[in-house]
Amino acid sequence: MTFSDFATLLPETALVIWASALLLVDLFIPKNRKGWTAFLAVLGLAAAFGFALAQGRGMGAGFGGMVVSDGFATFLEAMLALSGGLGILLAYDYLKRQGIERGEYYTLLLFSVAGMMLMAKAADLMVLFLAVELLSIPLYVLSAFGRPREAGEEAALKYFLLGAFAAAFLVYGIALTYGATQTTRIAAIAEAVQAGSANLPLLAFGAGLILVGLGFKVAAVPFHMWTPDVYEGAPSPLTGFMAVGAKVAGFAALLRVLVLAFPNLGSQLVPIVWTLALLTMPVGNLAALTQKNIKRMLAYSSIAHAGYMLVAVVAFADAKAAPAAVAAVLFYLAAYALTNFGAWAVVVAVERAEGKGLEIADYAGLGRKHPWLALAMTVFMLSFAGFPPTVGFVGKFYLFRAALAAGYVGLAIVGVLASVVSVYYYMRVVTTMYMREGQAEAYGDAWLKVEVALTALATVFLGIIVAPMFQWAVQAVLKM
Amino acid sequence: MDFLMNPLNLMTFFPLVGVAIILLIPRERKDAIRWVAVVTSLVSFFISLWMLSMFHAQNPNFQMVYDKIWMKTGGFEIHYAMGVDGLSILLVLLTTLLTPISIFSAWTAIEDRVKEFTIAFLVMEVGMLGVFLALDLFTFFVFWEFSLVPMYFIIGIWGGPRRTYSAIKFMLYTMVGSVLMLLAILWLGLSQGTFYLPDLLAKGVNLPLHLQSWLFLAFALAFAIKVPMWPLHSWLPDAHVEAPTAGSVILAGVLLKMGTYGFLRFNLSLFPQASVKYAVPIAVLAIIGIIYGAMVAYAQKDFKKLVAYTSVSHLGFVMLGLFALNPLGIEGGILQMINHGLSTGALFLIVGVIYERTHTRDLNAFGGLWKIMPIYGAFSIVVALSSMGLPGLNGFIGEFTILLGAFKSPVLGPVFTIFAATGIILAAVYILVMLQKVFMGPVKEKNLGLKDLNWREITVFAVLTLFIFWIGLHPAPFFNLMGPSVEKLAHGLQAAAVAMH
Repeated sequence: MTFSDFATLLPETALVIWASALLLVDLFIPKNRKGWTAFLAVLGLAAAFGFALAQGRGMGAGFGGMVVSDGFATFLEAMLALSGGLGILLAYDYLKRQGIERGEYYTLLLFSVAGMMLMAKAADLMVLFLAVELLSIPLYVLSAFGRPREAGEEAALKYFLLGAFAAAFLVYGIALTYGATQTTRIAAIAEAVQAGSANLPLLAFGAGLILVGLGFKVAAVPFHMWTPDVYEGAPSPLTGFMAVGAKVAGFAALLRVLVLAFPNLGSQLVPIVWTLALLTMPVGNLAALTQKNIKRMLAYSSIAHAGYMLVAVVAFADAKAAPAAVAAVLFYLAAYALTNFGAWAVVVAVERAEGKGLEIADYAGLGRKHPWLALAMTVFMLSFAGFPPTVGFVGKFYLFRAALAAGYVGLAIVGVLASVVSVYYYMRVVTTMYMREGQAEAYGDAWLKVEVALTALATVFLGIIVAPMFQWAVQAVLKM
Repeated sequence: MDFLMNPLNLMTFFPLVGVAIILLIPRERKDAIRWVAVVTSLVSFFISLWMLSMFHAQNPNFQMVYDKIWMKTGGFEIHYAMGVDGLSILLVLLTTLLTPISIFSAWTAIEDRVKEFTIAFLVMEVGMLGVFLALDLFTFFVFWEFSLVPMYFIIGIWGGPRRTYSAIKFMLYTMVGSVLMLLAILWLGLSQGTFYLPDLLAKGVNLPLHLQSWLFLAFALAFAIKVPMWPLHSWLPDAHVEAPTAGSVILAGVLLKMGTYGFLRFNLSLFPQASVKYAVPIAVLAIIGIIYGAMVAYAQKDFKKLVAYTSVSHLGFVMLGLFALNPLGIEGGILQMINHGLSTGALFLIVGVIYERTHTRDLNAFGGLWKIMPIYGAFSIVVALSSMGLPGLNGFIGEFTILLGAFKSPVLGPVFTIFAATGIILAAVYILVMLQKVFMGPVKEKNLGLKDLNWREITVFAVLTLFIFWIGLHPAPFFNLMGPSVEKLAHGLQAAAVAMH
């Protein structure tokens, strides 16, 4: 272990140390001054963001190849640190308003972000597993943060049990992979396959189980059952954060493992991913159609978005199409993250005490009473639905381009038709806000408003000035 | 700066200046908001006249082209490109003319949320102009899809009782077609290495016929829904009937033309062989639309629904003209797009005037209105007869040219002309019955106090009627504008027809 090992892990290390220190510092911050904890947590994330950016195109492998710092990881870490910051902005006023403010919220969130970042850097399946646990366990706790609300406890327990279940799949998959290749190093697995020293049937089985484990994390059908309940039961700001963070980290791992460890297992794994994508898009969108609760609706919509991204992931085994597909998924993750935070910020603003104000019907009249908030929500819904000139449109454009370039025309057709279905339920929110009379109210402090405004502006801006972020995503491709 | 020096960009995005000003005006000051909206859209109109003055009608190619690379990714470029040629210039002028007219016409009809209403219209104008001017498939799609959103709001917020249903129906219908078009655009771009239309046209789409056919069909579906062609028209009566008058004017006047324009610009230009292959089935659908639209229009008791169904019929003519695939047919088709925009726009205004005064659209609730509202009656007759295709008015020129084009067409023939001509007879039936019900006969007692047109309404109708007569009596300037571009397009189509046989 040398200094340079730690340098490759600087963002994660810094964040974990900062979070541990904050856990102690928080004890000395008075109960009515928890804003300080939030502020310090944001500071830590800002530092992690800076460290991540400083790594640029990457610093290579560290800890004997257990982790790797590359452009791919940098892109995701920057995004995750930003997501953490937005997640805290989302929560600060809400926790006070709901009377559940405690400093641990922010520190736990930092640990979770550290886990997500580690996941983006994992070059070894063992590290991957550790990262999954580090990101998940704080989220289990945070899901129950609304104590003594029963829905929150139910959500936390459900999330925990199914998460443990998924972790078991993951571990079993890793074990089988090790059995088949005598290594857990991601790059070495592909080498073993190429050298012909791997036990292929066993490896395919192990890879399949790893896919299942990660499928839970990104909420791909049929491993999505937990999503609506957990999203609904957890405190809204946490759901907003979780919907982004867990998904980003999950896709980071999925891409790295598929592209770098199993590129030669295309004939076995492509049909699996293909089927997942094919199921996820319609199921997510059709289930979202009938939801009356906005949190459940957004939960199903997040499933659907995972489905769109899987469409591009299918291209992983095609060496020519894979780089563009990875870039497309990265871009889409960023687009999804922005839009998602904006939408959840509006949900948080409209939510009232005791879980009131969460039905879509509660948004009636928002267009009249809070025109700017309603406009922002419209922008987010349009971005989710993939209308130009929003970043969601460009994201979908690149995803489906990647699918077509790899020759998956059928999947692309299913994808665009599924997105037509999504227009219905996204526009229903817009319809309710503008075309139904009602007494919608909105709360929230200046931070929340800043978050809504920033994400809305970015959603449109990045939909028009596309090149810089996409260039970055293109450079962030995975290399052996 | 370079960006705004181009008249096309300036014209397209100038309405956003109005949006910015309107945002600053307090919502109580409705008249100020309306004036800003009208003036901004008039400025766009004047910029379009400036564009017209710089347009060289003899040049068949794109003019005033503005082309910048928007994003460059993985070895291929997406352009932001705008340009105008003979196929699009009249539609651009129609758009910049109808937008101020429709905002102006909604002066008293819209009292609720005027701010949002005018913003929606101005944003709409950006989308519509972008569709007609875009020279890159990606740019085109962005504008195409974007233009749905303001219309969704216009129908959904200021529409009639079933407005939300109609708004979402309008949106979903259009989306189904356009997402498949998006895939076709992607496929085309990936296989040809560019989305830039002039490049694609110069090189010709280099794909085997069966792939071309698939792409042709994907584009055609999106445009056929928009036109709308029978049997994909069922969103149209709902959208038209529920939309506020100004919305109907823009919907019929411009939005439907986006479909026919799409056929012209993409299907016919990019896939000439597939166009030849599918000309007959499309022409058959067009003729069914002509006759079906006319018959259903005749059966309507609702004034607005009647006008809505006439659109199905009239746009059938346009499609027939385009797929005659010869210069005569295409020129007639383009002119008929303009005619339909003017006449049907005016017809919707006529419905709007009477609806605003009586709050009913039931044809049987009127009668003898000419005696009470002579100015209204006079304008109505001119507009109705123009829609019917009376010689001397604009509709006749368009329909006659189309019929002639279909008759002489290399792929269609006299049979198509005969069937289409019955549509003109049917048009006479429903128009005359409508005139009779509304303007002849005894006056209903409750209608005795109706006021005739005010100066605002007279201005609007006078402008539209001027064009109706102008095109009817002296259509040459309009044909001259499109002539060379159409010749060029038809030349490619004829070559394809020869190659096919």
